Amino acid sequence: MLSRIAESLFWIGRYVERADNTARLLDVHLNVLLEDPWVDEPSANGSLLSVMNCGFEAPVSRRDVLQTLAFDPELSSSIAWTLGAARENARRAREVISTEVWESLNMTRNQLPRWTSAARPHEFFVWVRERAAVVWGLHSATTSRDDAWHFMELGRSLERADMIARLLMTRHFEGTTGPNWTTLLRSCSAHEAYLRTVRALVTEERAAEFLLVDRLFPRSIAYNLQKAEDTLGRIEGASNSRALSDRARLALGRARTNLEYRDVRDVLDDLPGQMREVQGACATASDLIRDRYFLPASTVLWNQEAL
Amino acid sequence: MTADQHTPWTGYQPVQAWDEAVDLDGKVRDPYRRVYSEIDRMSGDDLYSRAEALASTYLAQGVTFDHAGEERPFPLDIVPRVVGGEEWDIISPGVAQRVRTLEAFLADVYGSQHCVNDGLVPRRLIATSQYFYRSAAGIDPANGVRAHVSGIDLVRDQHGIWRVLEDNVRVPSGVSYVLSNRRAMSQMFPDMFGAMGVRPVLEYSQRLRAALARCAPGDIDDPTIVVLTPGVFNSAYYEHSLLARTMGVELVEGRDLETHNGRVYMRTTAGRRRVDVIYRRVDDDFLDPVTFRPDSALGAPGLVHAARLGNVTIANAIGNGVADDKLIYTYMPELTRYYLGEDPILPNVDTWRLEEEEAREEVMDRLDELVVKPVDGAGGKGVIIGPKASRSELDEARARILEDPRGWIAQPVIQLSTVPTLTDDGLEPRHVDLRPFAINDGDDVWVLPGGLTRVALARGQLIVNSSQGGGSKDTWVLGGERQRGRAAPPPESRVELGGIAAVPQAAHPDDIEHGQQQQQQQQQGEPRQGDGSC
Repeated sequence: MLSRIAESLFWIGRYVERADNTARLLDVHLNVLLEDPWVDEPSANGSLLSVMNCGFEAPVSRRDVLQTLAFDPELSSSIAWTLGAARENARRAREVISTEVWESLNMTRNQLPRWTSAARPHEFFVWVRERAAVVWGLHSATTSRDDAWHFMELGRSLERADMIARLLMTRHFEGTTGPNWTTLLRSCSAHEAYLRTVRALVTEERAAEFLLVDRLFPRSIAYNLQKAEDTLGRIEGASNSRALSDRARLALGRARTNLEYRDVRDVLDDLPGQMREVQGACATASDLIRDRYFLPASTVLWNQEAL
Repeated sequence: MTADQHTPWTGYQPVQAWDEAVDLDGKVRDPYRRVYSEIDRMSGDDLYSRAEALASTYLAQGVTFDHAGEERPFPLDIVPRVVGGEEWDIISPGVAQRVRTLEAFLADVYGSQHCVNDGLVPRRLIATSQYFYRSAAGIDPANGVRAHVSGIDLVRDQHGIWRVLEDNVRVPSGVSYVLSNRRAMSQMFPDMFGAMGVRPVLEYSQRLRAALARCAPGDIDDPTIVVLTPGVFNSAYYEHSLLARTMGVELVEGRDLETHNGRVYMRTTAGRRRVDVIYRRVDDDFLDPVTFRPDSALGAPGLVHAARLGNVTIANAIGNGVADDKLIYTYMPELTRYYLGEDPILPNVDTWRLEEEEAREEVMDRLDELVVKPVDGAGGKGVIIGPKASRSELDEARARILEDPRGWIAQPVIQLSTVPTLTDDGLEPRHVDLRPFAINDGDDVWVLPGGLTRVALARGQLIVNSSQGGGSKDTWVLGGERQRGRAAPPPESRVELGGIAAVPQAAHPDDIEHGQQQQQQQQQGEPRQGDGSC
């Protein structure tokens, strides 16, 4: 597979997953603002933007948050931009991805403008999640499990681990008590799975454990880190220059075992710090993957002086 | 206007050009009979709603072209253009003959130049052609083919005669629209399509792939073929990706390629991989910064060297532009006789060479009734149509022609044939041309039955290029197998179904066993009417 195409696929995976999770995150946030009677809205909004690594000027209004993270197609933090970028990458890799996946991404981009002034953002978020599900469903039903599949899945699992780490950081926002664990589970579509697995009411430790290290639930951080590691192993296959790739797996494996082999109470006591480490590991892995697979070993530039 | 007599055809009136659907007396021509009656049964609204559905499928599929930096759906008209089988029996061999002539001419020009030595074509003409590259001399294509893909533009004049308007053997584009137009139209008119026996076009990609595989250097069993695109911002990007996808080969950009020791490789996630055939959609000038424009980032340094060493085949070959120069075009009928010993099947459009003094004088006098074109132009750029030009435009054109007579040709205004086209005011005749595509695999020239029909959407407009606001039509060539609508099949053809009896499909046993369900219901007491407990 061409390096350039692999990079596009990797980013399609990341962008679609990012749009989906940003929609979940915003949905939770708006819900908390509604339900928390003592909320200090501007600081809660500011915290959300800083979790998403966006610059802001206090005080931050609800509208600012929605523009920055959902609707403004010019800002790379917004869902609108992310979905547009996913489609542009799909266009570059058009001959590799299936027609169905391309059309679903293209349609999504085409339908975006009608949402810019949504009165009820919740409906927009539902739509975004649905579109992401359509893309993943078609992707899964129409793609051979070759490198094209692996690179997209790799991007997807890295992004999901990263975004869930960000979502958990919202527990410790300024100006609000934050979402409770039931809300967090729900926003990850994990509440029912939790109830079936744990068979108990939602307690902090149990819920945290479920979202952090459950081995079977596809939205736990450890599950996704593990999946990224496995995918990297499959991509590498029999190739021999293993050094850089191994380092990517190293970073991911360290982050995963750090969560798995630590008492959940410890993690909860330092939740923002621990989640930052997960994000750091994902970023490091992403950089190492780029160096290993997407950049040419040496870029030949032609200039006439060389004659 | 009475409602029950009003059909989409009401008010359709051919203008002075040859109308392909209806003659001057209003009688429907043979090939169009079925299309005419089908549309006749529809209401105007029905036609418009189908046209809208067509446009929205194109947006969803991303069948777009870049116009002034904006992505637009490629306009596809709802009324197909029909070419009768007998007409195609002239066009197809005519196009193939043209391609064979062009091939012979190219081989000659980049070889021993017999046509010049025999005094057929002035040497000056070749030496001054903008697209004649000395650097391409000495590159011998592996199976002798230089124009792997050609697009020969045809028009139909006032008398219904097909003529060649232009040859394209550099990087002719538009075939993707033939393929996607067909897909969209056959979904829109499935019945008509099957019953008319329209010849299929979908094998194009397979044919192209086979032709490219056959031109690979050396005897490589399974050559690696790539399509080289300038990138996602090129106006024909859709076409490049469609061809790569349907041929099942990689679509590469210049930065994906590198050359080492005269061999071409592409960069993949598993390291370098050797490339044998490059179907390039990048112009000569940008192909190789070592040989051509040094500032080009679209090609790869060293490609031409690799091609000269015979390590890679570039299709279409470098320097083909010399053959589709509009001045060489005027020599094509003689060249056909010279190389093939045959009379040309498809005539040219009469053309004055403005570098010949007599011709120039005549043209200068009649500039307001002729069409003048730059010889190296494409996409309808720079064309001046005398009867439509203003005084000052004509004066300016005159000055430019006198300055560079080698750069211009003149032709009489051809009233291109018209085909019914859906406009805001209902169906109206609009001018069209036709670009059939031909693939040369070294043994045989195959002409795609169909081709791109471009239509000028504005009334009276004679320039059909999409960059000038033109649209397209699906071109139906008749005379293929009819799939449906045949008379009753002979009895011996009845299908024996015994051999394909399959294993029954299984289902969850609870869903099939109704007995158990009834028992459960009875356990709950007497089931009442409308009691929805299950």
